[in-house]
Amino acid sequence: MKPLILIPAFNEAGRIGRVVAGVRAAVPDVPVLVVDDGSTDDTVAVARRAGARVIQLPFNLGAGVAAQTGYKLAVREGYDCVAQLDGDGQHEPADLPELLAIIAQRKADVAIGSRFLGVGDYQPGFVRRIGMGLFGLLAWLVTGMRFSDVTSGFRALSGDVVRFVATEWYPTDYADADVLITLRRAGFRLVEVPVRMYPRAGGRSMHAGLAPVYYVFKMLLSVSLAPLRREASARKGS
Amino acid sequence: MDGLTLHQTIFALLISLVSFGLILELVRRRRLREEYSWLWLLTAAIMVVLVVWFPLLKVITVVIGAATPINTLLLFAVLFLFAIAVHYSVIISRLTSQVKNLAQELALVSDRVDDRARS
Repeated sequence: MKPLILIPAFNEAGRIGRVVAGVRAAVPDVPVLVVDDGSTDDTVAVARRAGARVIQLPFNLGAGVAAQTGYKLAVREGYDCVAQLDGDGQHEPADLPELLAIIAQRKADVAIGSRFLGVGDYQPGFVRRIGMGLFGLLAWLVTGMRFSDVTSGFRALSGDVVRFVATEWYPTDYADADVLITLRRAGFRLVEVPVRMYPRAGGRSMHAGLAPVYYVFKMLLSVSLAPLRREASARKGS
Repeated sequence: MDGLTLHQTIFALLISLVSFGLILELVRRRRLREEYSWLWLLTAAIMVVLVVWFPLLKVITVVIGAATPINTLLLFAVLFLFAIAVHYSVIISRLTSQVKNLAQELALVSDRVDDRARS
C-alpha cells in the first residue's frame, strides 16, 4: 500500500506546525501533503518547515476544494490510500495508524474517525449536538447505516474511493454527511473508528458567525437530494 | 374583452423593440456573447408578438384568468426575467466549477514545475 496523509489548511499558521509534526511522529514513513487553501498567513512556510509537502491553491476556495485537490494529486501519483485530518489540531495524529490499517487490510473502503465511540471526552455544545443528531438521523434514513459522527473530517479512504471523490461532484465547502451518503450509496463499505478530538486551539473555525445557518441549509438540501443524484449509481454501473 | 389601446400598444412595442435593439447592439460590439443573448432576444420577440397579435394575447389572457391583456403582458415579462435569472445562476454554477478545476490544476501543475526547478 502507498498511503498519503492529507491536511487541507486555511490560515492555520499557529497550529499547522504541531499537526504536521504530530503526524510525522505517528506515521514516520508516510508522506504528508498540506493543501493550502489560499492562506494569507504563514501556513505554507510553517508547514514546509515542519516537513510537509505543500501545494497551494491560488485563492481561497473552500475546505472541500482543498481536500479534493489532494485527492486529485493522490490519483495522479498513484497513492492508493489517503488519510485526511484537519489542520487546526482537532484530530489526534496518533489515531492515524488505526485508520490506515483498516484500509490496508481491506476491512472497509472508508474509515471514519468518530469522537462519540467511547475514546476521548469531546463534548459538543447543545446546538451542535442537535445538528449532529439531525444529520445522523437523516443519514440513517437515507442509507440505513448508523453514523455516530457524520460531521467528522478525520477519515481514511481507499484508492477506489479517492478516484471516486476526485471527480466532478465533490462539494466545495462542507463535505461530510452528504459525502458519506453518496459513498455509501455508491456501494462503498464505511466503518466508524473511535478517535480522540479536541476543541480547536485558536484560529477561525469554518463554523463561525452565520456559517452554521448556511451549513444546516446546505446539508439539508444535499442530504435530501443525495439519493436522487446520478453519481451514486455511476459507480455501480461501471 | 377590449384590445390594448393605441397608447398602450405604442408604448409596449417601443419598449420591446428598444430592448431587442439594445441586445443586438451589445452583441454587435462584442460586449455580450451570442450564447447569452438568445434568451433576451426571445423575450423581446415574444413581447412584440403578444403586443401586435391581439387574438393570441386574448386567448392567453382567458386561459390564465388574467383581468386584462396588459396583466398578461406584465406576467410574461416577469416570467421571462425569472427564466433569464435562473439561466444565469446555472451558468454561474458552471463557471464556478470550471474556476475550481482550473485553480486545482494550477496548484498541481505549479507543484510539479517547482519540483523540476529544484531538482
